[in-house]
Amino acid sequence: MTVADSIAHKVQQALNPTVLALENESHMHSGPRTDSHFKLVVVAEHFQGMSKVKRHQALYKLLDTELNGPVHALALHLYTPEEWKHSSVPDSPLCSSKN
Amino acid sequence: MSIEDTIKDQIKNNPILIYMKGNPNQPQCGFSARATQMLMTCGQKFAYVDILSNPEIRANLPKVSEWPTFPQLFVDGELVGGCDIMTEMFEAGELKQLLDDSAAKRSAQA
Repeated sequence: MTVADSIAHKVQQALNPTVLALENESHMHSGPRTDSHFKLVVVAEHFQGMSKVKRHQALYKLLDTELNGPVHALALHLYTPEEWKHSSVPDSPLCSSKN
Repeated sequence: MSIEDTIKDQIKNNPILIYMKGNPNQPQCGFSARATQMLMTCGQKFAYVDILSNPEIRANLPKVSEWPTFPQLFVDGELVGGCDIMTEMFEAGELKQLLDDSAAKRSAQA
């Protein structure tokens, strides 16, 4: 299973999201293409009533193994279905070496 | 003082504090660069800690804050979040509001 598959699988199982978009952004960073930089967009009822920090902490806990392993950067954009109707997802920055 | 107490002290004593890679003039990571640009745009004074030159803080802050990545912004002792949350708040005007409110509280006390 690739790192991306493993992240998507865990999020799917834990949060039952209505939207799950995972992008490998490793090409935006220096060095060879790797499984190191990802952007994850999740829309789920689960986030209702949780602050932004709590939502991120929940994902960090869920993806603990990946973050302690190959994943160096994980951009998270986490919304409830209601918020998602009014949201646009910001772009991630380029790594300093690519600026 | 243990490293964890040092970190807690920093968070307590600096009302607007960012832990980042590099410094605001020479950030060493795209996420830290964007985060400090947003803080500077908001216009309130902030403190920073360069975790690249403080490896002990880099290793221990994630345990204190339950947050594994950098940058990390703290306002009035509370973790606000990293670059993604800051970006969402910045675009909604909420980041400037939060920082202005924090500064206003201090000038009211002074």
